[in-house]
Amino acid sequence: MSLGDQDENGVSRRRVLECMTWAGTGVLWTLSGGVPRSLGLVDAARAAEQQASGLTFLQISDSHVGFDKPANPNAIGTLEEAVNRIKAMPVKPSFMIHTGDISHLSKAAEFDDADRIISQTRLDVHYVPGEHDFLDEDVKLYKERYGKGSRGAGWYSFDANGVHFIGLVNVVDLKAGGLGNLGAEQLAWLEQDLKGRSKSTPIVVFAHIPLWTVYPEWGWGTEDGGRALDALKGFGSVTVLNGHIHQVMQKVEGNVTFHTARSTAFPQPAPGTAASPGPMKVEDAKLRSLLGIASIDFKVGAERLAIIDTPLAG
Amino acid sequence: MIQSVLRGAGLVAVLLLGATPLRAETIKVTIDNFTFTPAQVTVKVGDTVTWTNHDDIPHTVVSAGKYRSKALDTDDSFSFTFAAAGDYKYFCSLHPHMTGVVKVE
Ligand SMILES: [Cu+2]
Repeated sequence: MSLGDQDENGVSRRRVLECMTWAGTGVLWTLSGGVPRSLGLVDAARAAEQQASGLTFLQISDSHVGFDKPANPNAIGTLEEAVNRIKAMPVKPSFMIHTGDISHLSKAAEFDDADRIISQTRLDVHYVPGEHDFLDEDVKLYKERYGKGSRGAGWYSFDANGVHFIGLVNVVDLKAGGLGNLGAEQLAWLEQDLKGRSKSTPIVVFAHIPLWTVYPEWGWGTEDGGRALDALKGFGSVTVLNGHIHQVMQKVEGNVTFHTARSTAFPQPAPGTAASPGPMKVEDAKLRSLLGIASIDFKVGAERLAIIDTPLAG
Repeated sequence: MIQSVLRGAGLVAVLLLGATPLRAETIKVTIDNFTFTPAQVTVKVGDTVTWTNHDDIPHTVVSAGKYRSKALDTDDSFSFTFAAAGDYKYFCSLHPHMTGVVKVE
């Protein structure tokens, strides 16, 4: 977590980057005047105040439905726990984004289980795929279920409360030796999508693999992510939300806030601290402190969204 | 002395037999900790390489335009028999930092 970055806009870093640890579910994001801030799911009063003046949405990621290895033999169970936490929130978020790896092996039954559980939140869910969602022989199950209205491998944009949301796909056509990949067609679409848009429009970009280079030795980054960020230059508020690395990491660079969410299925090691980025087995008592969701909070007039990461427990 | 020469001749005969295409070999490559081991193998035309995934995460074995495995779940294997000489670079299409090469002589 690189919280040492200097804020260049005179906004108090503490106010902006409260990266709070919830009791175990996801990240609740609040866009306050374009500023991403994380809201604690537990903070009902603040959430109510938020709803009056902005937009709050949830991020859930890396469900890996079907995973049953020692790092978490019951990934379905922990997804259910996350969903129960969302259902218990005092103020209903506007919608949810899912940043990929819904399934572990792209099996129809895994997608079915994921839908059955996630739909219990009764929230609209905007998905982008992870590499685990494209493993079926015909590579069609993800698109059939989640790809309506999207382009290419599944990218799209939409607007909510004056915020422009862009869902990108960086898990296809990966090149040997390389990182995540957006590709020329998607980048051209992105440039077109942003063209003529007011620079004061708060932008939220979400994709599975981090768009910034977290740790290339483990493939944690996107080869042409810099080109996407070039297209976003000049916008006053840009928030980039990712999954894939199964741990919270945040970085602020100028007007861009980067944030990765926890998985609901299993933790992965911090960069370079293990032989590989594979599932990390921890004591049973510790597991739920490393899984979670995020909440994001947008307030009209603020420059950054607030992001709150909440673990499933602890 | 004569005996040991005869034994030596027998050994040569066995080795020659082993070199004929009828005795094509299967070479094993394992996948552990997001790494192909060994990352480089040298085989003969007609030999088969078998990759086995020991990780808790699926991997693939892809050599552009040559061969492509399905996603290999834990303990799944994929085999390919090399019919022509050359260097076959390959990688995991899910984790592209994982690379290897099969040299076929
Ligand atoms: Cu992933």
